[in-house]
Amino acid sequence: MDQRIRGTAWLIASCFLLLTTHALAADAGGVGLEVTVESAPVDSLPPGPVGDLSARDYVDNSDAGDKILVSWTPSPDDGAGAGDVVSYLIFRSETAGELGDTLATVLAGETRYVDGSAVPGVGYFYSVCAFDGTNRSTIASCGPAVGRTNFFQPERAAVLALMLVFFALVLTFTKLAQRGAELFVRRIPGLNAIEEAVGRATEMGRPVLYVPGIGEIDNIMTIASLTILSHVAKITAKYETPLIVPTARSVVMSAAEEVVKEAYAEAGRPDAYNPDNIRYLSDAQFAFAGAVNGIMLREKPAANLYLGAFWAESLLLAETGFEAGAIQVAGTAMVSQLPFFVTACDFTLMGEELYAASAYLSREPKLLGSLKGSDWMKVISIAIMALGIIMNLAGVRAFVEWFHTR
Amino acid sequence: MRRGVPLAITFLVGVFMLVAFFVPHYRVSAWAEELNQWGTIVIAASILLGVGNLVRVHFHKLRRRGEGWFYSLVTLAAMTVMIAFGGPWGTIEEGSTFNWLFLNVQVPLQSTMFSLLAFFIASAAYRAFRLRSAEASLLLVAAIIVMLGRVPVGQWLTRGLPEPLTLPWLTETIMAYPNMAAFRGILMGAALGVMAMGLRVILGIERSYLGGEG
Repeated sequence: MDQRIRGTAWLIASCFLLLTTHALAADAGGVGLEVTVESAPVDSLPPGPVGDLSARDYVDNSDAGDKILVSWTPSPDDGAGAGDVVSYLIFRSETAGELGDTLATVLAGETRYVDGSAVPGVGYFYSVCAFDGTNRSTIASCGPAVGRTNFFQPERAAVLALMLVFFALVLTFTKLAQRGAELFVRRIPGLNAIEEAVGRATEMGRPVLYVPGIGEIDNIMTIASLTILSHVAKITAKYETPLIVPTARSVVMSAAEEVVKEAYAEAGRPDAYNPDNIRYLSDAQFAFAGAVNGIMLREKPAANLYLGAFWAESLLLAETGFEAGAIQVAGTAMVSQLPFFVTACDFTLMGEELYAASAYLSREPKLLGSLKGSDWMKVISIAIMALGIIMNLAGVRAFVEWFHTR
Repeated sequence: MRRGVPLAITFLVGVFMLVAFFVPHYRVSAWAEELNQWGTIVIAASILLGVGNLVRVHFHKLRRRGEGWFYSLVTLAAMTVMIAFGGPWGTIEEGSTFNWLFLNVQVPLQSTMFSLLAFFIASAAYRAFRLRSAEASLLLVAAIIVMLGRVPVGQWLTRGLPEPLTLPWLTETIMAYPNMAAFRGILMGAALGVMAMGLRVILGIERSYLGGEG
């Protein structure tokens, strides 16, 4: 083992030395960057016209029928050809054959414009020309386009379809589970470790620290964390171990109070519930981190559980807990914080494992059904991705385009 | 009744917000926006609960002279000072004492806390990159390539080599393929987890967040 470690270290050092020698040699040989400055082309001719001009009703997230999307393919002299197009001029008229007033000017490179001043139900004719700073191209026209109030966002059809499939899968597996079907759920070591961590704190006669993240109550990670808190509170109530829950949001504090109080009552230990252990500290991110670190160093919890939404404070908490010698279990769906937790904690619940926790811990058939539904949805997603790759390779873009949502 | 009303509100609001995502009609989106504002107002008003909790917890600690009672005294004193100056003389107005205290006490304290992250990253990186196993060695090599590839010296070290051997190219390849694949895998799993959790909450299957049995 030692030899392997030494070998890897030597290999890295040798590579570094080799690269430095090479770079120095390259410098001596005069390997350098060459910069060529070309003068801009001068063109006195009008630019080429835009192509495929079209105008249609535009559906946005708050659709009052007052928006029309005008789109075109760029002039041949926009970014290519003479390369002198600086902008596109857009005109609007209510009469066919008339240019009307200038509606807008958009920069070269743009191929669409949303007219947000249309009157619903009125037909408009649009004209577009390219402009090179001196000359205008031939004008392209289209219309009439009418703005309408819509009841469905067509660009979200794929989301709706997949959501319905997913909901159908979840409900089907929930029904199956309720009828007694055996549903296999893989082992999640991080969740098994929670009970061990609480047990260790009990043996040491020290408290358990549970941090539900700094997300607001409308963050789904916080909801998932509160469901795990309920489970943890039952264990601490059973073992008569103090449970400290610092919170960064007052609504989360209020919900945590309710969850812990109910859990202690269900465990038959309502007298052991200490309201002073559910603490609101601060809404400010680093004030909260500082206060939690203070609790870790002063009250010396033997087990630190970080489950919920975390941002930059994740490593501040986890490293302090590591230095304090506590057993640490973390869980978050914040992908950017996962490496910090993996490094500093003993166990980490990654992404979906956080959401699976309540089902895994309770073994409630209704909850397990949703886990199975998620697994099958993953299989469907992988199949769709594979199909998308094949379709794209075959030159059929429509399939992938359908999944392009706003 | 105690559970029924919150569950009914959750179901109705949840289904409405779900429908509002697909129905772009301006009246529907206006109602959805209105509901979002209600949520913001409820959350803002709940700060009083937080202040009440803060005062109660620290007051109890002071009264029984618990360990670290001095910090509780500082917390309560700081809160009293900020409320005293913020109430009558304004909060964010330039030149107000509240604003001065915020900018010259709270902001530097928070910046100090944030700055500690640099040291914590160094200590965590040291542990993660120790040559303990084949996986850790792989992580170390990838980390060295990515760190060098992102700084000018990395570009200098491999200049003149064929592009696939240069550190910036290797860095981009590591970040764009193995790293991004893992990132997206976790993200997709999490997204499905969010949907499943959301459905459970809307349908009232998941209710332990309200307290009690799930």
